[in-house]
This record gives sequence, structure tokens and C-alpha cells, in this order.
Amino acid sequence: MKIFVCVKRVPDTEARIKIGADGRSIDPAGIKFIISPYDEYALEAALRLKEAQGEGEVTVVSVGDAAAAEQLRSALAMGADAAVLLKGAPTTDGLATAKALAAELASSGADLILCGMRAVDDDQQQVGPMLAELLDLPCVTAVTEFQVEGGKVVCHREVEGGVEVVEAPLPAVVTTTKGAHEPRYPSLKGIMAAKKKPLTEKEAQLGASRIEILSLEPPPERPAGRIVGEGPAAVPELVRLLHEEARVL
Amino acid sequence: MAGNVLVVAEQRDGELRRVSLEALAAGRRLADASGAEVHAVLVGAEGVAGLAAELGRFGADRVLVAEAPALARYAPEAYARVVADAARGKGYFAAIFAATAQGRDLSPRVAARLDVPLAAEATALALEGGDLVVTRPVYAGRVFAKVRLQGEPRLVSIRPNTFRPEESGKAGAVERLEAPADAGRVTVRALKAAAGAKLDVAEAAVIVSGGRGMKGPENWGLLEQLAEAIGPRAALGASRAVVDAGWRPHAEQVGQTGKTVSPQLYIAVGISGAMQHLAGMRSARTIVAINKDPDAPIFKVADYGVVGDALEIVPRLTEEIRKLR
Ligand SMILES: Cc1cc2nc3c(=O)[nH]c(=O)nc-3n(C[C@H](O)[C@H](O)[C@H](O)COP(=O)(O)OP(=O)(O)OC[C@H]3O[C@@H](n4cnc5c(N)ncnc54)[C@H](O)[C@@H]3O)c2cc1C
Ligand SMILES: Nc1ncnc2c1ncn2[C@@H]1O[C@H](COP(=O)(O)O)[C@@H](O)[C@H]1O
Repeated sequence: MKIFVCVKRVPDTEARIKIGADGRSIDPAGIKFIISPYDEYALEAALRLKEAQGEGEVTVVSVGDAAAAEQLRSALAMGADAAVLLKGAPTTDGLATAKALAAELASSGADLILCGMRAVDDDQQQVGPMLAELLDLPCVTAVTEFQVEGGKVVCHREVEGGVEVVEAPLPAVVTTTKGAHEPRYPSLKGIMAAKKKPLTEKEAQLGASRIEILSLEPPPERPAGRIVGEGPAAVPELVRLLHEEARVL
Repeated sequence: MAGNVLVVAEQRDGELRRVSLEALAAGRRLADASGAEVHAVLVGAEGVAGLAAELGRFGADRVLVAEAPALARYAPEAYARVVADAARGKGYFAAIFAATAQGRDLSPRVAARLDVPLAAEATALALEGGDLVVTRPVYAGRVFAKVRLQGEPRLVSIRPNTFRPEESGKAGAVERLEAPADAGRVTVRALKAAAGAKLDVAEAAVIVSGGRGMKGPENWGLLEQLAEAIGPRAALGASRAVVDAGWRPHAEQVGQTGKTVSPQLYIAVGISGAMQHLAGMRSARTIVAINKDPDAPIFKVADYGVVGDALEIVPRLTEEIRKLR
């Protein structure tokens, strides 16, 4: 099976995000970058599928600037077989990103394309289904686990108040959310092996972004809170405040 | 602004989702600024047209309905076709989806079909100089972006619980759309309801959320009783630490790798308030923290805090809330 996993380079989830001087981008200085956590779930699922089947090939693809090679190397160290960097400025316009990925994947012979459910920087939650639409493939989103059987992918999909069991014929696009499987850490052997694996760089076919960022701002300040008191004795006052002041009870 | 606003309504098993009424209110506000109309598009099994009256009451001038047996359950390809066809070439200024499991699946497919960009999880929509300005949290809520979309219609999805439904008594006149006979390649085999969870944490008005400070899964009964005392619009949430420990299902996880929630009231019990947890809940209207450590970071975002042992405080809280009823 040929499996492709789309991965994005994003700031670490604990990074302190500073807004840049232009007020429209973030200041990358001092930020550690990682593979978006949902993409790691996708990669872990791909590696397990390959291991279970005893054959296959896992290729990671990223649209990003030269620095994104670092995340592709990490993915290779985790166990991916090959990597493709589509060089271009990352954009918040998911459709532009999806088009660049579609151009690369259209004739790739992919059986399965995995994306994260969302990238934790822009949180647009869209590239996977857009990619599917552009490639005219079925797509299942928000998947916690899936199996490949008889030319189909059977997925557990998280919906409000439950789990849907959904199936689609291959080739297909699946977007992953957190499931039962923790992504593996690269082993030392994996890190050494990654150095010899192919990492191809090409120019991304990235059109102009049609989402214009007017401004980035810190989130609205929360008014300073207060400690109502200690222990169960403070509860009546808490309930009174929630009822009469905040009016939420 | 020129053109009407299209709202993509969502129903499940013949019942409208509340967030669709929120989307109507958001659409209504845009349309009213220029005397435009709000149209709702509604897809489902035969008979869903019966929901048009409710959509009208909450702001839809017209309701475009596609009904067919094949559309009874959400089917990404068929639904995308119906909605994209309804949205295309009619001069709509904007189309508004709800950022639910369905809306997050459907809206990007529609965007790709129409070849227009999409801004997801909006928390505010405004008209500035006649154009739509969308506010959306990025970097897990650590930054708010204001963006403008180059496309007709401007596609957005809104985050549940951030807009308030408003009755406005419009006609809700039904107009029929052509309905595909075939659901497409993606088929739902089964729906497994989560144990006990009728209301999803992402849609709840009140969330009672437990962390490692609850000590063990055996103590969750205390949180369930508290949620029950608060009422039917309350749901349970959890920190990742307790989901990872297997105490609670992932569906309840709030945070960067869980759900993003904006309830009226969020009660964090025995949750330290790690950055990744705050990412999911800091836009709650009112936050209550119960934690035995007065220096826990959760108190920095909480409106009201009580310091002490959760296992003693929660039962008392349940008791006091019951007295209000
Ligand atoms: C990539 C990434 C993604 C993540 N995503 C998420 C996410 O989506 N959601 C999330 O929640 N976390 C997420 N995390 C994990 C996060 O960093 C924290 O580890 C987690 O939120 C901690 O959960 P907790 O507050 O329940 O546990 P702890 O941090 O252990 O806190 C327990 C709290 O309970 C208090 N306590 C203990 N006993 C009592 C008692 N008897 N009564 C009252 N209080 C008591 C303690 O004082 C403490 O503050 C993520 C981490 C990473 C690296
Ligand atoms: N620049 C990118 N390069 C590769 N994959 C991406 C990129 N941006 C988004 N994706 C994929 O699409 C998913 C959803 O991203 P988004 O729609 O931006 O939230 C991510 O989890 C990735 O799998």
C-alpha cells in the first residue's frame, strides 16, 4: 500500500506566541517548532498500518519553507520511508495548501492519504476534505481509529454524542484526531536511518492566498478573577455569585 | 454588502441543532444591515421540510430543502453537492456553517467545489466598509485573527455557543431543491452512542470538567451529580491527563488536542490549567476553578475560585445548586 501523510510544521503547543511588529504575523524568534500533533497521530496510524500489513510505503509531504525539512526529518526518524517538501510560504488559506498537495498527490498512486483533523496553528480544519474534493476522493474526518479491509477503509469517526462507524472505498482521504495510539518517539537507530532516506524538495504549486489577515491580536483579557474562599464553607457564596452576579445558574 | 446570506442548517434525526439557530442569528445580523434576506439550506430525509417553520421563526426568509431517503444521514458527497449547487451563482454574499462534526466535514468540501476560501470557527462576524471581517482564534486561542475573504460567497463556520439565537419571525417559505438519489461513496454503518452522553461537551452551555485532582474514575459520580443538578444543558468534560489515564473517553477531552468549547459556565475541578487545556476553554463566559493548590495556573483565568479538596467541595456545590431549583 502507498500511504501519504500530510504534515505541517507548527509552533510547539507550549510556545509563547508573540505577535510580530507588522501586527499580522507571529514573531518566530525563540519558538520551538514541531509536527502538528494531529499529524503525528496520522503518521503513527500509517506506520502501524504498514507494520500490520508487513509491506507498504509511507511518504510524508509538507508544504512549507525550507525549515519544514526539520519536521520531515523527524517523521523519517519515526519511521516514514520518504519525504517530500513542497517549498512555499505557509498560508492560512487551506484551499491554496490543498491545491499544492493535490498537484503532488494526483498522480502519486496513493491508496490512502492521511491528514490531521486540524493544524494547531491556524486551526482551519479544512485541508483534508478540500484535498479529497480536489482529487475526487471519498473522505472521512475526525477519525480515532481505522482498519483497511478488502479495498475499503473502515473508520471510527467522532461526532457529537457518539462514534460513527463509517466506510469508504480506497483510495481515500482520512483525517485523524487523537485515538488510542500515542505517537512513537524516534529511536536513535531511526534518527541515524533518517539521514539516508530520501527527502525531495520541489517548488510548491501554491496560488495566492485569498484569505487576507487584517490583524492578529492577543485574546480579549479576562477580567481578574477572585478566590471566593476555602473549602466547602465557601460554596454558598460561590453559588450566590454564580446565580446573582454572573447569572449563569 | 451586496447579496443575501445563506445559512447551512443542520438537523439530526429530524431535529434542528441549536447551533443552526445561532448561525441564523449571525446571518440575520449581516443581512439586516443592508435589507438583504437570509436563506437556509436544509438537507435530510423526507419530511425535514417540516423544520422550515422553526428556521423561519429564527430568521430564515426562505428555506431551500433537499429531501431524499439517501440523505437521511449525513453523507459528505451528496450533501456537499446539494449545498454547493444551492450556493453557486446566486450572488450570495456569505454562507455560514456551524463548526460541528458535520459542518467541519462539509464546509471544506463545499469551499473546494465552489473554489472559494473558508474561514473556520469564527467567534465574531462584522461588516467593515461593506465587507465581511471574520474574527477567529488561532494558535489555540492565544491569538485572535481578523481576516477578510476573497470569494463569493464568503464561506465561514461559526463556533457553537458564541452567537445567541434570536427569534425574528420570518416567513421560512419552503423552496425545493433537487435531491441526489445516491448518498455517495462514504457510508455510515452504525452510530454508537457514547455511554450516557446525550449532549456533547462542545455544545453544552455548562461544562463540569474533571482533572487528575479527582483522584480516580470512581469519583466521577460526584461530577455527574453536579451536572445533573445544573440541568439538561450541562455536560461532562475532562483534561487530557484523565483521558490518557483511561478514566474518561477522548470525546470528553477539552483542550488543544480535544475539543474547543465556549460554554456559559465552565467548572474546572482538579485541573491545573496547563496551556493546552486553557486553549480549549478560555473563551468560556464564566470560569470556576476548584483546586487544592492556590497557585494552580487555572486560577489565573478563573472568574471565581475555591481552594480546597474537590471531593469535599463538589458534593456541597451539588447540594447548594439543588436548593436553587
Ligand atoms: C501536544 C500536547 C497537547 C495537549 N493537549 C491537551 C488537551 O487537549 N487537553 C488537556 O487538558 N491537556 C492537554 N495536554 C496536557 C497538558 O499539558 C496537561 O498535562 C494536562 O492538561 C494536565 O491535566 P490535569 O490538570 O488534569 O492534571 P495535573 O496537571 O496533574 O493537575 C491536577 C490538579 O489537580 C489538583 N488537585 C490534586 N488533588 C486535588 C484535590 N483533592 N482537590 C482539588 N484539586 C486537586 C492539583 O493541585 C493540580 O492542579 C497536552 C499536552 C501536549 C504536550
Ligand atoms: N502546509 C501544510 N503542509 C502539509 N500538510 C498540511 C499543511 N497544512 C495543513 N496540512 C494538513 O491538513 C491538516 C489540517 O490542517 P488545517 O486545515 O490547516 O487545520 C493538517 O493536520 C495536515 O495534515
